[in-house]
Amino acid sequence: MAIEIRMPALSPTMEVGTLSKWLVKEGDSVESGTLLAEIETDKATMEHETIDDGIVGKLYVAEGTENVEVGDLIAVLFEEGEDASVLDTIAIGAVSASPVAVPAIETPKAAPALSIKRELPAVSPSSASSNKRVFSSPLARRIAEQNGYQIEDITGTGPYGRIIKRDVESFVPQISSVQSSFGADLSGDTAYVEEKLSGMRKTIARRLTQSKQEVPHFYLGVDIELDNLLQARKELNVMSDEYKISVNDFIIRAVGLALKKVPEANVQFGGDVVRKYSRADISVAVAIEGGLITPIVRGAEHKGLRAISEEVKELAKKARDGKLMPEEYQGGTFSVSNLGMMGIKSFQAVINAPQAAILAVGAGEKRAVIDKDGVVKAATVMSVNLACDHRAIDGAVGAEFLAAFKNFLEFPSTMLL
Amino acid sequence: MALSKISVEKYDLIVLGGGPGGYVAAIRGAQLGMKVAVVERELLGGICLNWGCIPTKALLRSAEVFHNMKHAADYGLIAQRIDFDLDAVVKRSRGVAAQLNAGIIGLMKKNKIKVYMGEGRLLKKGLLTVEKDGSKIADLAADDIIIATGARARELPHLKADGKLIWTYRHALTPNVMPKKLLVIGSGAIGIEFASFFNELGSNVTVVEMMDRVTPVEDHDISAFALKSFKKQGMNIMLNSSVTKLQSKADSVICTVESKDGKLQNIEVDRVIVAIGIQANSENIGLEENNIKTDRGHVVTDEWGHTSMKGVHAIGDLTGAPWLAHKASHEGVIIAEKIARDKGNKAVIDLHPLNKGNIPGCTYCRPQIASVGMTERAAIEKGFKIKAGKFPFIANGKAIALGETEGMVKTVFCAKTGELLGAHMIGAEVTEMISTYALARTLETTEAELIHTVFAHPTLSETMHESVLDAFGKAIHI
Repeated sequence: MAIEIRMPALSPTMEVGTLSKWLVKEGDSVESGTLLAEIETDKATMEHETIDDGIVGKLYVAEGTENVEVGDLIAVLFEEGEDASVLDTIAIGAVSASPVAVPAIETPKAAPALSIKRELPAVSPSSASSNKRVFSSPLARRIAEQNGYQIEDITGTGPYGRIIKRDVESFVPQISSVQSSFGADLSGDTAYVEEKLSGMRKTIARRLTQSKQEVPHFYLGVDIELDNLLQARKELNVMSDEYKISVNDFIIRAVGLALKKVPEANVQFGGDVVRKYSRADISVAVAIEGGLITPIVRGAEHKGLRAISEEVKELAKKARDGKLMPEEYQGGTFSVSNLGMMGIKSFQAVINAPQAAILAVGAGEKRAVIDKDGVVKAATVMSVNLACDHRAIDGAVGAEFLAAFKNFLEFPSTMLL
Repeated sequence: MALSKISVEKYDLIVLGGGPGGYVAAIRGAQLGMKVAVVERELLGGICLNWGCIPTKALLRSAEVFHNMKHAADYGLIAQRIDFDLDAVVKRSRGVAAQLNAGIIGLMKKNKIKVYMGEGRLLKKGLLTVEKDGSKIADLAADDIIIATGARARELPHLKADGKLIWTYRHALTPNVMPKKLLVIGSGAIGIEFASFFNELGSNVTVVEMMDRVTPVEDHDISAFALKSFKKQGMNIMLNSSVTKLQSKADSVICTVESKDGKLQNIEVDRVIVAIGIQANSENIGLEENNIKTDRGHVVTDEWGHTSMKGVHAIGDLTGAPWLAHKASHEGVIIAEKIARDKGNKAVIDLHPLNKGNIPGCTYCRPQIASVGMTERAAIEKGFKIKAGKFPFIANGKAIALGETEGMVKTVFCAKTGELLGAHMIGAEVTEMISTYALARTLETTEAELIHTVFAHPTLSETMHESVLDAFGKAIHI
């Protein structure tokens, strides 16, 4: 199956970008990490690298093309044994500027985390013209009404798809597109539109405000060299088509193992007690429409990379489809938030109370580092920051955890011990 | 053992334990086309049917009839020389259990489920060995194994049952004498049911409870109502107390009871029943050897019964609270269907994990107790603004006609959404009535549907309607 390269979202707000320069040409062979193109957003110009191996089969967008929508096909990589005949099976994407006729069959949007164009959930029309019977519980209907939701807009997960309380409580209404003509009227006060907060947004607002006000945060940062890990990842991924381990999967496993090694960091502050957990349940922040949610990889220290990879994929899919069960996102002993795929170099996260720590993971990027012999060399470096609740975790413990975590990632074979 | 010539028998599904969780899972599995084996060490039907739910209900029915005989005059009837024959009461109870046990054996045959009578132990993923009296009788293999070995009475070192003077529920089910004085440790469902039975048949019963109320899992109002009723029936209830020592004599036991404030008291009784909770049967079935994760003896599972080992599932009492047969059975069906679906059976549709908040609990003391959902305090602790309603049996026509005026129904609603958060009942036949509220919770009705439902007249169930009306200031008969 040919690998589709689509316009990546290089920032959370990026919708279109300019493909300013191709760094490869058709026929070039590339491997994970090869720079493909320079892409310009309204904020910056960034290099976009491939996470797959292959041969550049076709470049679909000419250098200098502006307003390429995020998610549009920009190139195709051939895998071993493939040739131009596979191109017929590939859909170009939403914008069919290309003269090539778009095949009727829409292939699924490409999988790479870098270029997910989030599909909006299918929404049935909320107008009265829809005469389809909607199965819903009385309680679900009442809560929907109290929140101003249209019951038809909600996807049911109860018996035979009946809409139940849980579905309404986890429903995130789609914000109707703001119709203000931005910037057209320069006189008087700026017009604005008020959107009612969704249940999720209210929860985020309440819990994070409380955390930032009540929890004494402190932050520890460290840089981690990823070259050994990327090599190990490559070797693993070459071996089988049945799985594709991501850097994030390594991070989750390493967090689990580091918490096992430094259990003092796997704790929660509870007023006059500190809870020490005997298992590392890692909450993984996943961005979804209208907010974020933290599904949990339970017992990460006991799970292999493949198991973690599969679990995270399934949880993230459920999260985006709004199908997580409460037990899949409530609880957790430690959080990981990764904005690396959004091109963020480094950031500080707010603790997901009552947990006592959250690890904020930035992008892996080529940087100049000075090795122990004083020689400047190129290395792939990732910056992470740990936010700790000082009531439960002291600086030394946080540092010990980060050291263990860094060691696991820099020497990934130690994760086998 | 390595030289054993027993060949491995292949199944699609093996169920270890033939109790209400295991045998139900086996039947559902067989219905879905799987070749199923059940391994049972003692009796099909498990504790529930042979030594728990069912035989105690038989005993309590005898007690109830006896109670009614004693009160015959209240109904204008004449009953003289009222007495009971303990052996016959026990014999009836055993007969009821035996009849049901035979029924399960028949169900296994009907569904072509192979039953191995012996002790099963998980050897490794997909492989289980069965021993009888220490020698191997079979090796069984299957991709999926459901462990449903249940639980037994919890024992503490200083409260060990000997079966003669100090009983667990098992011994108490087949008493050979009616103790003149009986001490029951624990006022949960098991303890209080036996207290009720023996008290009704004339024992002088003392119940020792560690918490500050009887039936501590129930709503506070229910506990308070029950306490008053038990005391009126002549039971001696010691709250905030624990038994610290049992000293057996020739035909009596001296019990040292310590109250919360440190006061010690010695009580001499003929028999003691220890009912201080239960513990999982998680030993010697191969869990440790296979590193299957447990938490205080209970096997850790996800909502689909998966244990930490792929292909090994666990259900029922073995996996933790609530320790109820109907929970185990329900899980048995869900897990069997999940296994079938994962094997590609397209007939399984619309599968959902069990919502533990909708499982009703019943206690068959006199008066009976039944509940579903949250207590008032639990709801408040969870942050709900509530509306609660109450209705007494004394204001219900049918209750007065029956001469069963001792009881009440309490309902707890979310003030904002009208969700029925919990329902709590005490009184005659409430165990038969609770399912209406369980249905209401499962269907997610609000107060509106309950208010609009026509409850037949004259029934005890009208109290359920009135309780809902009361929560919203609309009760008619109070």
